[in-house]
Amino acid sequence: MIRARIHVTLKSGILDPQGRTIRQSLETLGFAGVTDVRVGKFLEIELDQDDPAQAEAQLKAMCETLLANTVIEEYRYELEPQPSRPSA
Amino acid sequence: MKWGVIVFPGSNCDRDCAHALSDVLEQDVRLIWHGATSLGELDAVILPGGFSYGDYLRTGAIAQLSPIMHAVKEFARTGGLVLGICNGFQILLEAGLLPGAMLPNIGLSFICDDVCVRVENAETPFTRHYESGRVLRLPIAHAEGNYHTDPVTLAALQANAQIVFRYCQADGTATEQSNPNGSLDNIAGIRNAAGNVLGLMPHPERCAETVLGNDDGLLLFRSMIDAVMSGQDNQQTTS
Repeated sequence: MIRARIHVTLKSGILDPQGRTIRQSLETLGFAGVTDVRVGKFLEIELDQDDPAQAEAQLKAMCETLLANTVIEEYRYELEPQPSRPSA
Repeated sequence: MKWGVIVFPGSNCDRDCAHALSDVLEQDVRLIWHGATSLGELDAVILPGGFSYGDYLRTGAIAQLSPIMHAVKEFARTGGLVLGICNGFQILLEAGLLPGAMLPNIGLSFICDDVCVRVENAETPFTRHYESGRVLRLPIAHAEGNYHTDPVTLAALQANAQIVFRYCQADGTATEQSNPNGSLDNIAGIRNAAGNVLGLMPHPERCAETVLGNDDGLLLFRSMIDAVMSGQDNQQTTS
């Protein structure tokens, strides 16, 4: 089994009013120097799969077809390190 | 004329559409559950407003995978008239039947209000009873109506007269102030290149009879009836 973490955020050129409001709120609270905040979605996915290359291919297809709308969003994913297998 | 209104889990304007069509316009209307795989014999399909699948993931993202959407896509491909209202517009975008995507409203609020909308193109099966430039007063009710697309697609929409409705002031001027949700180029509704699929955020079915105080939306449905009854080929060539 492979676990993956997927991040979906608005593309960099697209205004993120939620992120902007949060940045202003952080400033109000005294957190100086926050130049940008982007809000996105975070998904954890478990795959019945042991081959990292195949898992990545599946994840890419999932992101392209459903998890992200590539008109407005970009995505990245990472595979959780797999526990080393006990030697036979 | 035979109409189908698709009912997704979470649709809430399906019966409003059916009422406007059957009770006001005396049309033959069928509600079609999203799990069906066939539309049957129809002249036009409406994807109504609402919150299909609770807006999970993105508005329209899950509904576009409903079984009935294969039939809707085939119906659109063969020139059938498809109208998407509000969440229906969002579903058409996610399904790829119209270009672009919806972002949250620029002010982050759900907006429930009457707005002015200008008819940009009265040469469509959906608008032939209006005149280009006419200002309509239509209700909107959405949180994600901030239309976005890439510059190349926007240029194509403009060049092919695919922008059918724009938000405007009462005098018809499209300004930033009259844009309720931050939509690109004040876009309130677009059609596909072929001309037989229309999506719009305002709700014509909520203003289709005088007893409601406003019937500005009625002519949209009358236009579709006229287009079908006159048997015109709804497929338009693009320039």
